[in-house]
Amino acid sequence: MLKEIKALIDKEIRLELRQKYALNGMILYVVSTVYVCYLSFRLKSNQIDKVTWNTLFWIILLFTATNAIAKSFTQERFGRLLYYYTLANPVAIIISKILYNTLLMLVLALVGFGVYAVVMGNPVGDIGMYLISIILGAIGFASSLTMVAGIASKGENNATLMAILSFPIIIPMLIMLLKISKNALDGLDRGSSLDEILTLLAIDAIVLVLSVILFPYLWRS
Amino acid sequence: MKNNWYKILAVVALAYVMVWGFIGVIPRQPVLHETARNLYFHVPMWFSMFAMLGMSVWNSVQYLRNPLLDLDTKAAEYANTGILFGIVGILTGSIWARYTWGDWWTSDVKLNGAAIGLLIYFAYIILRGSFRDEQQRARISAIYNIFAVALLIPLLIILPRMTDSLHPGSGGNPGFKPMDTEHTMRIVFYPACIGWICLGFWITDLKLRFRKIEQRFQNI
Repeated sequence: MLKEIKALIDKEIRLELRQKYALNGMILYVVSTVYVCYLSFRLKSNQIDKVTWNTLFWIILLFTATNAIAKSFTQERFGRLLYYYTLANPVAIIISKILYNTLLMLVLALVGFGVYAVVMGNPVGDIGMYLISIILGAIGFASSLTMVAGIASKGENNATLMAILSFPIIIPMLIMLLKISKNALDGLDRGSSLDEILTLLAIDAIVLVLSVILFPYLWRS
Repeated sequence: MKNNWYKILAVVALAYVMVWGFIGVIPRQPVLHETARNLYFHVPMWFSMFAMLGMSVWNSVQYLRNPLLDLDTKAAEYANTGILFGIVGILTGSIWARYTWGDWWTSDVKLNGAAIGLLIYFAYIILRGSFRDEQQRARISAIYNIFAVALLIPLLIILPRMTDSLHPGSGGNPGFKPMDTEHTMRIVFYPACIGWICLGFWITDLKLRFRKIEQRFQNI
């Protein structure tokens, strides 16, 4: 099982590196979205209040995540998916997809944060905690959106489906993330975010368990 | 007759609620006054919605265990009735809020939770519409139904308890029970819950029978 997961993640990474345009495309997507926001607000650094700064960042990440993860099931051809079906266990497939998407989201989120902090100014009080919130966000987004991407890929018109299916589902997670990152932004004591972090981890756990239970059914169709 | 007891229960309970809900005595409260009677209409809407959505998820789970299209139709119709109750719940709440809080809509955890819950189920309907193949539609919408409900639980049950809220019954704001020392509201409220839930089952039953007739016509 572990070997299978490792092999599958290996495959995903190789596939991604082979078609570099996709990865570069997503990085460019984050960077240009950040730049559009920067120009739309016409800011010099630190002229935007902290709450707006924070919310804007998470909205950019949310859109990046839906775009990046939506393709995790559509990128490969139907025939090839059928081939994996004969080779691998569906549980191994969903876990490897989630882990790979987490990795991808981490890269995108950190690049995004870097660019964002440079052009929009960086008012964060507690950088360590803010990075933790980004990491938690990447894990949460990746785990819930992977399953939704699997569902949306089966329907017609799946770009719209991806958005309408995932946005309402992701809101509890987003609220928690906004709270944690706001606390980090204000440089509050780390203990004050503990409740939110625990809730977030609990939601992540629910999503993971459900994905593992439900994916085999999705896979069969 | 044996299968129709809940319809009779619905009619009797709701007739009682309609009459006694409006002429019964309620505790005098500042700000609330007569709007407290909304308790018999607004709150049971949400209980009925949860009952209907619960039935919908139950049928979805059953479908995944045993793929019969009948179960999928049931899941969809229960979800539709649940949405109906959700919309009426929001409307009754909105009217109440206008007279007590002074606004149709405020940014409160419970209100936002309700709105997002409805968004999820609208998405469910659109998802159902995007498949041609019946079996595939049934399976994938069942998966989304289960997935969505599991994430709705933190949203509707856990989050409102973590934050302050204007809404009665949460965030340090008492529900009706501490005021209702004479039990004058309780004797209407509980029958109201039962009556509205039974009405929900009745509506769904009618729609299911309608769907069955529709299918038979298509086959001719």
